[in-house]
Amino acid sequence: MFYKGKEGQWSWIFHRITGIGVLLFLAIHIIDTMLVGWGPEIYNKVIAIYRNPIFKIGEVGLFAAVLYHALNGIRIMIIDFVPEFTKYHRQIFYLEMLLFFLSMIPVSFLMLSH
Amino acid sequence: MIQVHLKIQRYNPEKDSKPYFKDYAVECEPTDRVLDALLAVKGTLDGSLTLRKSCAHGVCGSDGMRINGRNMLACKVLIKNVSQPIVVEPLKGFKIVKDLVVDMKQFFEKYVAVKPYLINQETSPEKERLQSQKQQERFEDTTKCILCACCTTACPSFWSDPNYVGPASIVQAHRFIFDSRDQGGEERLNLLNQREGVWRCRTIFNCVEACPREINITRAIGEIKRDLLFKKI
Ligand code: HEM
Ligand code: SF4
Ligand code: SF4
Ligand code: FES
Repeated sequence: MFYKGKEGQWSWIFHRITGIGVLLFLAIHIIDTMLVGWGPEIYNKVIAIYRNPIFKIGEVGLFAAVLYHALNGIRIMIIDFVPEFTKYHRQIFYLEMLLFFLSMIPVSFLMLSH
Repeated sequence: MIQVHLKIQRYNPEKDSKPYFKDYAVECEPTDRVLDALLAVKGTLDGSLTLRKSCAHGVCGSDGMRINGRNMLACKVLIKNVSQPIVVEPLKGFKIVKDLVVDMKQFFEKYVAVKPYLINQETSPEKERLQSQKQQERFEDTTKCILCACCTTACPSFWSDPNYVGPASIVQAHRFIFDSRDQGGEERLNLLNQREGVWRCRTIFNCVEACPREINITRAIGEIKRDLLFKKI
């Protein structure tokens, strides 16, 4: 049975997923940019795939992953440098979630309507 | 009296190829502890159910186990406060000896490794070694540990790396490192300043949620990390 951790365990799982996810995106992005070396035709062909609406949603997801990872990274660093704040780690996590959703609402709107 | 349903993980290495769950129902008071229900199973239904317990009052630390997915002392949690069926499993990450009894040899080896005793080369004074109230408060929180291992076996860093020294040993080290009467801080800090020392901790807080003594373990680990970062280098 899965161990029933609370906020701390979830925040860590998401941090790892988003960290590895962004790393994966960077790897793919480096490869598609490298295709320029084989000439503009191949490059344009591959880049055209990204016009598919699925990638628009994917871009919002990428932004969400980076934003979560950055906000949570800051939370971890705050707790690392000021261990006294461990007492309020749950509150800091909810504050982080609030900032996350407050930023995601206008950003998703702007990105999807673009 | 109410009917209490339990789902207990059983494993006898001499007979079973792998652990399995078995359902039981016993009569208990809602204000009884989960330990009482387990002992009722053992006493009236199946005497072969194997578990550790001693004080039955949250003092000795011998009945740490996973109850409904979270580590706790069976003697400290009331039946009316947990949902049924009560799922009972052994602590995660240790080798199972039988049913709910796990092998804690390595756990105690790591405990001994952090030198959990007073180190002071000076000749002892005639009476006790004095300390101010403030100096005592510096490490008061970590004196409360009963070595139940609920923290270490709730820690994802420990599950993925059994060599991680683990929160329980770090708590014990903290208790002496920040004691004004102790002089062994340096030795202990060197031991913890390793990959498998305090730096394995990812501030996940599972240990704090699990600790039956409500010790702020992640804070203790954080204080040692900060000490290592700013005092030593
Ligand atoms: C936006 C700025 C970023 C900040 C503030 C940040 C912060 C952090 C912090 C503090 C950790 C340590 C977590 C811990 O101690 O448990 C971490 C881990 C990690 N980061 Fe980032 N990071 C950032 C960007 C990135 C990017 C761009 C990538 C991918 C290319 C990335 C990939 C990872 C990975 C894979 C881990 C390891 C996850 C783990 O151990 O569970 N990070 N990050
Ligand atoms: S805070 Fe550190 S020691 Fe405690 S459970 Fe998390 S990783 Fe393990
Ligand atoms: S720190 Fe708490 S959970 Fe860990 S061994 Fe000590 S009493 Fe048990
Ligand atoms: S039996 Fe001693 S702590 Fe539970």
